[in-house]
Amino acid sequence: MTDFDQLHFTSEHEWVRLEPATDGAAASATIGITAYAADKLGDVVYVDLPDAGVEIADGAVVGEIESTKSVGELFAPVDGTVLEKNSAVEDAPELVNSDPYGEGWLIRVEYTELPELLSYAAYQALLGDEEASH
Amino acid sequence: MTDSAGLNDDLPPTISSPDATLVDATATPLAPLVFSPLHDVHVAAGASFTDFAGWQMPVRYSSDLAEHHAVRSSAGIFDLSHMAEVRVQGPEAGAFLDYALAGRLSAIALGQAKYSLLLTEQGGIVDDLVVYRRGETDFLVVANAGNHFEALEALVERAAGFDVSVTDESDTTALIAVQGPNARRIVQGVPGIRFAADDAARAAGEPAPDAGAGPLPGAHPLDTLKYYWSLDATFAGENLFVARTGYTGEDGFELYVPVAHAAALWNELVAAGEPFGLVPAGLASRDTLRLEAGMPLYGHELGLNTMPAQAGLGRVPNLGKGDFVGRAALEAAAAAAADPAAAADTADASQATPAAPVLVGLVGEGKRAARADYDIYAEGGENPIGVVTSGVLSPTLGHPIAMAYVDPQFADVDTELAIDIRGKRLAFRVITLPFYRRKRD
Repeated sequence: MTDFDQLHFTSEHEWVRLEPATDGAAASATIGITAYAADKLGDVVYVDLPDAGVEIADGAVVGEIESTKSVGELFAPVDGTVLEKNSAVEDAPELVNSDPYGEGWLIRVEYTELPELLSYAAYQALLGDEEASH
Repeated sequence: MTDSAGLNDDLPPTISSPDATLVDATATPLAPLVFSPLHDVHVAAGASFTDFAGWQMPVRYSSDLAEHHAVRSSAGIFDLSHMAEVRVQGPEAGAFLDYALAGRLSAIALGQAKYSLLLTEQGGIVDDLVVYRRGETDFLVVANAGNHFEALEALVERAAGFDVSVTDESDTTALIAVQGPNARRIVQGVPGIRFAADDAARAAGEPAPDAGAGPLPGAHPLDTLKYYWSLDATFAGENLFVARTGYTGEDGFELYVPVAHAAALWNELVAAGEPFGLVPAGLASRDTLRLEAGMPLYGHELGLNTMPAQAGLGRVPNLGKGDFVGRAALEAAAAAAADPAAAADTADASQATPAAPVLVGLVGEGKRAARADYDIYAEGGENPIGVVTSGVLSPTLGHPIAMAYVDPQFADVDTELAIDIRGKRLAFRVITLPFYRRKRD
């Protein structure tokens, strides 16, 4: 079960799981797309992710998520450096649909400063507004 | 994440489909959506919906890839009630269609279907459609949902002077397609469907009389129904029209039924399909299936500025018949193509237009699809020589496929081209359409 209260969200339909700094390890953030985003894309068939070591800037395009019908760009939700990409999801892009908050994670980054992110409740409210506008 | 290509008001602003297949290009955003007579059935089946030509239609039920594969390997059932049905009846129905459309429809036999084009005076394509002969003086014209009113208006206008009636039956007609290798056995398994030939055979205890290929004793009329032929039938006592046609590249049937009986027919087909792996399939899989089969989609491969020959449909117009709308333009284009020098002589050199682009199929490697509106380059070229009209990572073949219009000098099979996929040029090669052809049994 995903504990959504442990996650942060962006208005770009991404989720962010923060892991605080520990002895010898800087604070990191694991990033993926939400189930809502995965569902709207349809079956994901191709994922292009940045390699470890790549520096990313909040708001910059760092990857692509393609379904049969659509192309979604992955935006960096924080400033930082990529620690790891999920190679499993590159080999099996369907993980983004089947387990968006788990096996379907995309990248883990070391971050310097955390931007403002949405709580689960705030993200749910955003989704409600988007659905209502259609 | 955010959208990198195109607009689709069904998706949230940050994720968008580049594919106008799923985008209503014509209706205003404020126009009320039309619901299929099967809408409640789709909701119960857990469908996701999209706005298509003003209709709220299922885009997928669970996985568009699974639906695609089901149609290739077993069967899928589609709601196509958004399609437009126009009935053309009267003593001059055949002659009228010969004038209004590009093909010689008066020549098709009772029960036969024919793919045709509705052209402008300039030879452009108003719509591509399928025409069924339902009686000596009775035809059914099926047009695209997005061109419903354009096609209807053109037919009504062109009917002036002909002893014929043109009736829009779209509001009262639902259309259900069952497509895939198991489609025949599924339709045959619906207890409520009765064929006239079937009844006749049963009544007489012998094979029904049938022009050409009569069914064998004990055989079902659908066993011998040929591709692009149709039969009248009944479902629960109501008129049902069954055609062996489709838009997936598989064997399959399209069933036209009064809207009041659509849900019952759908449910009976689903029940009959259960042992045969039938799944409900949405418009997303319909698009990937037709693309693999190399079938053009209006608004992508066909449009008002496309002439039939450019789209590889040069054989659809019949110049051997009498006058028809668009004929003069097609003849002029054919003459210019046959003798470009003569055409250039008669035109101001400064106004000489480059050769009209032609439709080709392209295949690539890897997993990145070339999508509609992406530019195409010759190897090392600076200026685009063509543009993609439809593209996807082929679910059946596993590599990217695309249909595109290119300068004819780059249209030969095996020509190597490059497509700019969001800033990266990737290699593609011209092939002969279709990408996928089913194995015939």
